[in-house]
This record gives sequence, structure tokens and C-alpha cells, in this order.
Amino acid sequence: MLEIRELHVAVEGKEILRGIDLTVGAGEVHAVMGPNGSGKSTLSHVLAGREGYEVTRGSVTYAGKDLLAMSPEERAREGVFLAFQYPVEIPGVNNTYFLKAAVNAVRKHRGLDELDAMDFMQLVREKMKVVKMKDDLLKRSVNEGFSGGEKKRNEIFQMAMLEPQLAILDETDSGLDIDALKIVAEGVNSLRSPERALLVVTHYQRLLDYIVPDRVHVLANGRIVKSGDRSLALELEKRGYGWVVEQGAVAA
Amino acid sequence: MMSSFTQLESGAAPGGELDGAVAHYVQEYRRLAAGLPGSGHERVRALRQWAIDRFSAMGFPGPRDEHWKYTRLGGIAKRRFRVAGRPAADVGREELAGFLLEGTECHRLVFINGWQSALLSDPGRLPEGAVLGSLAHILSDSPDLVEPWLVPAELRSGFEALNAALVADGAWLYLGRGVVLERPVHLIFLSVGGDEPQSSQVRNLIVAGPNSQAQVVESYVSLATEHFTNTITTIVLEEGAGLEHYKLQEESERALHVGRIDVRQGRDSRFRSHAASLGGELSRHDVAASLEGEGAECVLNGLYMVEGRQHVDFHTNVEHREPHGTSREYYKGILGGRSRGVFNGRVHVHPGAQRTDSEQSNKNLLLSRDAEVDTKPELEIYADDVKCSHGATVGQLDPDMLFYLRARGIDEAAARGLLTYGFAQDVIERMGIEAVRARLESVIVSRVPDAEHVKGIV
Repeated sequence: MLEIRELHVAVEGKEILRGIDLTVGAGEVHAVMGPNGSGKSTLSHVLAGREGYEVTRGSVTYAGKDLLAMSPEERAREGVFLAFQYPVEIPGVNNTYFLKAAVNAVRKHRGLDELDAMDFMQLVREKMKVVKMKDDLLKRSVNEGFSGGEKKRNEIFQMAMLEPQLAILDETDSGLDIDALKIVAEGVNSLRSPERALLVVTHYQRLLDYIVPDRVHVLANGRIVKSGDRSLALELEKRGYGWVVEQGAVAA
Repeated sequence: MMSSFTQLESGAAPGGELDGAVAHYVQEYRRLAAGLPGSGHERVRALRQWAIDRFSAMGFPGPRDEHWKYTRLGGIAKRRFRVAGRPAADVGREELAGFLLEGTECHRLVFINGWQSALLSDPGRLPEGAVLGSLAHILSDSPDLVEPWLVPAELRSGFEALNAALVADGAWLYLGRGVVLERPVHLIFLSVGGDEPQSSQVRNLIVAGPNSQAQVVESYVSLATEHFTNTITTIVLEEGAGLEHYKLQEESERALHVGRIDVRQGRDSRFRSHAASLGGELSRHDVAASLEGEGAECVLNGLYMVEGRQHVDFHTNVEHREPHGTSREYYKGILGGRSRGVFNGRVHVHPGAQRTDSEQSNKNLLLSRDAEVDTKPELEIYADDVKCSHGATVGQLDPDMLFYLRARGIDEAAARGLLTYGFAQDVIERMGIEAVRARLESVIVSRVPDAEHVKGIV
């Protein structure tokens, strides 16, 4: 599904990712963990196609296609979804209109008919239950005045609506209390399927109690310094990042 | 072809051209004076004569005039607009259809080149104590009724003097004590073509008695391509009166528009002003509120959206003269192409106007590299126990917002369109009349980037 090879990325001339190799297969859940400044968010943004990141070396192949050659909207239509760490407030743009435009853009790309108002609202009601979203959030502007938890839920709700093949959750757990975290995790878990891959980017292992990963990778100084199964995340929780980072530095 | 503004800026002496234009309008006054409304009354004649003399002395504002320095009047100086007399023929009803407020029953007056059309007007039934009619009729029949409000206390520019000298017609709305209009008053000012480009000189007078309440919509629209509108609306709100006032300027792209709204507010009166300037080659709007009674409240809400070589200039002025006054100012501008915007927001808190609470905000969105805006707050505060704030921004579409929309599959052009539309939303949402909101939305949507696609979304 996703193959990252030797990926080097610079921001304003400074190298942030320094050779990432990562393969995620369909149906798998991978966690990317790491201390602040390790390059986690850069990885998420590069995969989603944000401007301002310069790929200096390496490749990213998604479903057999060159992901880096696509515009952000093409990636989204091809089934890549980024749940933002900081969902953006868009005053004046109604949440429902926005969602409908997004859903129909993706459907059109997949050769499906655009949904009419009735079918769309039916889908909305069904998917809102997944994250226990309140109705009135639909009538508001995108993310405007939403609490931190509501914003994150809205991200997962959008993910449910768009049914991506590859979902990247960028620090989706940050700023959530335990109840909100459970709701978000339940939402994510309900979307797990043999066709869908998940990349969970997080600083804390707490989220991984609820979204159980198949593989865990530790990112430090722009490289993956250690990979393992779920027990690696638990060990990080206990011992912190220091020891892995040091190991990585020695290996480099 | 260079625009006339550019030529003036590049060093041509504007004085000569503007002087020529002044002489032209003085000539027009001589041609028309005998047939202007109220010419049968000595006092009205004297007032008009005084005004044209003042105009002749003042001329048009020039680049050295502080409040006109960003707005060059080359377009007015170069063209010799014929001041419109009473139109010989009416306009067909079907041509009016596109300018009505859809689905909203209104007390409607229609003016063609500044003159009321009896055929197209439909004032409907007004409640007792309310009068809605043509100012020209009043000037002809009983000018004493309106004279106290007709003479401007001070002439701030030659345009006011020109208007006072040549005024043809306009609406006269009077609301007696406690009168509440359920339906909006809709005033449509339609400019039509003649053999030569026409000029309309419009004057509206709204006097709202104690505790009265109304909504008034002024729509400026054109069937002609090239014309010059010079309009003044004078509003008096007595104690406890409430007025929601709209000025929608949607004239053609070669139209010139200079207009003022002056409101005097009594104790505890409420004035909500909505101004939208969407058309015209050059549009200059002055909105001035004078809060002359304690506890008066004023909201100035406005939007300008220009493109090509359009030039729009808003000057607002709020005079807080008494304690406990509140003013809120929300202006937004969307500028594309090589357009130019000017916003000058003056707030003047007089000595003794304690507990004044004033906020002003002007936000501008530039859609192209060649668009420009000058925004300037002007606060003069002479009382010490007041709360006054102001803020102005000029910027492009937010890249984070753009990326967010694109990351959900919406293509870049549509995302730009959607964000541009979204930028104007809060201004529109402040407007109380649904039909006005719908009308403005449809105009805005039709002008944003990738309009076709955005129309399908919102």
C-alpha cells in the first residue's frame, strides 16, 4: 500500500527527514513514535502534500503510484487521508457544504455518482454516530469555535465519510481527555479493515492502548532508529525515548 | 489603454480638468434650474442658488484634500455627464424584475435617473403615522416640511453642494411616534442610458420619530453602462428609534458613484447600517453617524468586492458626542485584478462622552498581486473613561486553510473560491433581511474564483 524509500526532506534548507524507509501493507496499523522535533509531523505533512517541504532524495509509492508527484487533492481523491494535529478553523464555510464538496470530489474521482442532498444527509447521520458528534456542529463553520475534542472528532468523522485507503493520524491524541480519546479511538477502530492501512503518528503510547498497532517505529533525528511490535511502545512508555535515541545515534 | 487615474497620477495637472468639469455642472444648473422641483418657491430657489455658488467656489475635491487623496476624480473630470431631467419614457416592468428583493413584500419606490417613476413604484399600504413619498413632490408642494433637514450643516465636499443645487428627487420617509413598519422599504435607483451619459442627483430623507422602527434598503443599479450617481441620504433618528439601513451599490462597471449617508442619532436610538459596494468603476461612500443622545447605538457593517480596475473608497465617521454610546464597525474588502480599495475609519469621542464603547475592524483580502488597499483608522479621543479599539488587516488567502480543503479532495481553484466566499460570510450574516442576504450571496458566489464549482457547493 505505502512504500517509503530513503526519504530525505528539507524545510527551508534544513534537513528534517534523513532517510526514512517504511512499508505499510493493506490492513496494517503502524505507529510512528518519537520525541518532539524528531520529524513526525514533517512525515505526515509530506505524505499529504503540504507545500514548503522539499524532498531532496527518495521516493514514496502509494498503491503503485508515485505519491510525491500528486497534488494534495489528488492524493485525497486517491484515498490518502490526513487527520490533522491542528484542524484548521475556516470561518464562513459551512461544515456540511464543505463535507459534501469533499465527499463528491472523491466519489467523482472513483467514478461514482455525486450524492444528492438526501443520500448525503443519510450518510452523514450514519457516520456521525461513529464519533458521537453533535448535530449542531454540522451547521457551524468548519471547526470554528469547536473544542479541541470536537475538532479531533470532526477529523475522524471526515475520515469515516471519505473512506480512505490510507489514513495518517497526526497526533490525534494530543489535547484529548480520556473520554474523548476513547471515542476517537473507537471511531478509528470501527474503520479498520483488511483493505485499509493506518499510520498512527504519536508522541505518547496512551493512544496505542486503544488503537493497537501491528508495528511500532521510533523516529529520532529524522530516521527510524528502531522498529518492533506493540511491546516496543510499552517499553518506550516505561523508559522514555533517551535509550532508543542513543542506540540510533550509535548505529548511525 | 491607461485608465484616467493612472494618467492623473503620472503627473497631468488635474486642476484644469476638474475646473472644466465644475464649469460644465454650473452650466447644467443654468439649463435645468427653472424645471427643478421646488423652483416655484423662493426659498428653495435661493437654497439651490446658494449651493451652486458654493459648488463653484469649492469645486471637486483634489489630491491635496486629506480625505480624497487616494481617490482621483479623473473619471468625473474627463466626462461631461448630462444631469438627467425628468425621463420622457418609463422603463418596462420586466426590466425591473432582476432588481427586486425576491419573495419579500416591500414598500417600493423606483427612481429612474433620480426621478421617481409612478408606474414602477408600489408603496403599498403604510400604517397610520407613516409617510413614504417623493421628495420632489414635497419640494414642490410644501418645502417647509423638509427644509430643516435639507440644508447640510456643513459642506464637506463639492459633491454635497452639487447635490443640493441639482437634486432631482429621492425618497421621503417619515415615521411618527411609535410607528413600526412590518415590511422593508425598498428604494431602487435605476440609471438608464440617454444620448449622452447621464448623471443622477439623488437625495433621500428619513425621519424616524420616537420609538419608531423600520428597515430601508437602497439599491443602486443600472441599465446604462456609463453614468454618474451623486447621492445623499440624511437620516434623523429620534429618541428610541431603530433603523436597519442597507445601501447596495451594484451599478455597472463603468459607473461612477459618490454617496453619503448621514445619520443623527437621538437618545437610545439604534442604527444598523449595511453597505455593499460591488459595482462601479469608481465608488466613494461616506457613512457618518453622529451619536447625539445618551445610550445611542450604531453598527456599521460593510463589504466591498471589486476587480479589474475598479476603485472603491469607504470613509466612515462616528461622532460620539454623549455618554454611553456604542459603535461597532465591521468592514471587509475583497480585491482582485488591479483594483484599489480605500478604507478610512474615523471615530471621534467628544469631551464628556464617557463610557463610550467603540470597536472598529477592517479586513481585506487581496486575490491578486496587483490589487491594492489603503486602510487607516483615525481615532480622536477626548474623554478618559472610554473603551475604543480598532484593527485592520490586509492579506491573502490563508495557506493553512487552502491546504486543509485540498487535503480533503477539493481542488485548488474551488478551495480559493470557497474561502473567498467564506471571508464575506460574517458581513452578510449580520444583515437581517433574508432576501438581501440571498441576493448578495449570489453576487459574491458568481465572482469568486472557480465560481461555477463553488455555486454547486454552497
